[in-house]
Amino acid sequence: MAVSSYRSPVSSRFFLTKWLGPERLRKITTSSIAIFIVLGIWQLLCMGKDPALPPPLTVLTDTWGLIIDPFFNNGGTDVGLFWQILASLKRVAIGFSLAAITGIAVGILIGTSRLIYDALDPIFQVLRTVPPLAWLPISLAAFKDNEPSSIFVIFMTAIWPIVINTAVGVQQLPQDYKNVARVLKLSRADYFTNILLPATVPYVFTGLRIGIGLSWLAIVAAEMLVPGVGIGYFIWDSWTSSLISEIILALLYVGLVGLLLDKLVASIGRLLTPEEQK
Amino acid sequence: MTQTLNLSSHPAPPQQQNPYLIIEDVSKVYNTPQGPYTVLSGINLTVTEGEFICLIGHSGCGKSTLLDMVSGFRQPTFGQVRLKNERIYQPGPDRMVVFQNYSLLPWMSAFDNIYLAVKTVYSAKPKAEKIAIVREHLEMVGLTEAADKRPHELSGGMKQRVCIARALAIRPQVLILDEPFGALDAITREEMQEELLKIWQEHQVTVLMVTHDIDEALILADRIVMMTNGPGAQIGEIVTVPFTRPRDRTRIMESPDYHHLRNQALEFLFQRYAHDDT
Repeated sequence: MAVSSYRSPVSSRFFLTKWLGPERLRKITTSSIAIFIVLGIWQLLCMGKDPALPPPLTVLTDTWGLIIDPFFNNGGTDVGLFWQILASLKRVAIGFSLAAITGIAVGILIGTSRLIYDALDPIFQVLRTVPPLAWLPISLAAFKDNEPSSIFVIFMTAIWPIVINTAVGVQQLPQDYKNVARVLKLSRADYFTNILLPATVPYVFTGLRIGIGLSWLAIVAAEMLVPGVGIGYFIWDSWTSSLISEIILALLYVGLVGLLLDKLVASIGRLLTPEEQK
Repeated sequence: MTQTLNLSSHPAPPQQQNPYLIIEDVSKVYNTPQGPYTVLSGINLTVTEGEFICLIGHSGCGKSTLLDMVSGFRQPTFGQVRLKNERIYQPGPDRMVVFQNYSLLPWMSAFDNIYLAVKTVYSAKPKAEKIAIVREHLEMVGLTEAADKRPHELSGGMKQRVCIARALAIRPQVLILDEPFGALDAITREEMQEELLKIWQEHQVTVLMVTHDIDEALILADRIVMMTNGPGAQIGEIVTVPFTRPRDRTRIMESPDYHHLRNQALEFLFQRYAHDDT
């Protein structure tokens, strides 16, 4: 009894120091100092009378209303930042999911067949260099509607890294695993679920991670051109209303959400990747 | 070309004398940019059921190529390989391979790796029976405890055991091993040899094994097939190993026959067919 009551605080403290270990603590401290220095320089540079950009403290006071109430809804596009970001995330979620499904399927197809790969690869190499926004006019022409057009832009942006990485993953499938499948005479379905898919997972997630990053870059740009609720249009709307502080706040949110999306896909990938393949 | 050497004071244990696996006039020629390259030429070997054959030769002499033509991963350029009078055209579970680098699927536990093979080969059996087969073979190689471990959590010797268990669980007619113990330390190697012998005696499976180790071949094999150097490698000599079974390592190593045979093999490999790369 005495031992356990003595031990538990020690072990929990140990856990805390382990999580917030000296390395992590050092990183947090140094990056906090860096942020303060940057904010300080910014504050100094924009201190003069009528600066082109507001200094950080002004941004904070200007946008305080938006920061403390992200959930207001006055109808139309006059909604809180939470709803703006959620609308953008929804478009990304739909476009990215479609890109993931199609991209993985196409990637497996061209990875499996040298013939199809040789046939389609040049086309993909050209299409993937097309900047995301260049797809917008053509999709507006095709869909005649804002919503599917911005989703299509996301789709076209995210799909290429997914296709290419999945194909590489399939092509890199170790001969050993193929030999196991051949000697056992695995059925196509068993080969697919037990060998091809798991072996390709790390590559697929590399593609997905690049794809989600590009999607988020593209959605903000695409939304600027098509009115509606969304963080991109919010930025554009603030610009036309000369609310620079709101733009700066939105940029910060866009950056944070992008980072979270990247971490999310990366951690799902880690979860699904066997230890030996890492 | 082939001369058989039988120094036995005690005759080899009686085998079923009808030919089981027949390698007939097999040659393998690769087309290279420098012209045709003959790896093996005119290989003839008849193996009876339940026989343990070891193939020895310098690296590059085409031992693995010969194994591949029995397993069906490659086809002979001339001649043919027949198992029970059926010509071999492709890999199949009746000629199960224990691969050089284990070839376990890293995303599956030891149990699941074996189960995949059992499930594929015995697709008609009820699930409970298939599970029982896997358990039985894990126990046979002493890995009941490690059933749920993934390959990266297993040592080299354990991985090789899983691989052997997987191979035997599907009751192959011929067990093909390509330097199965090459990557193991000396002690594990001896343990594995003992285990393989025990399993072979219990299952009476026909074994074809490539090794670099003369002592290993003398402990394990009924006959040792020694190959000349490539290109155009042939069977140089076939040594019949006369020791009675079950074999006792210490007793065999002390016998004069052992040294005689060992010198015979060494003389073949390092005098007559020494690598001339010095």
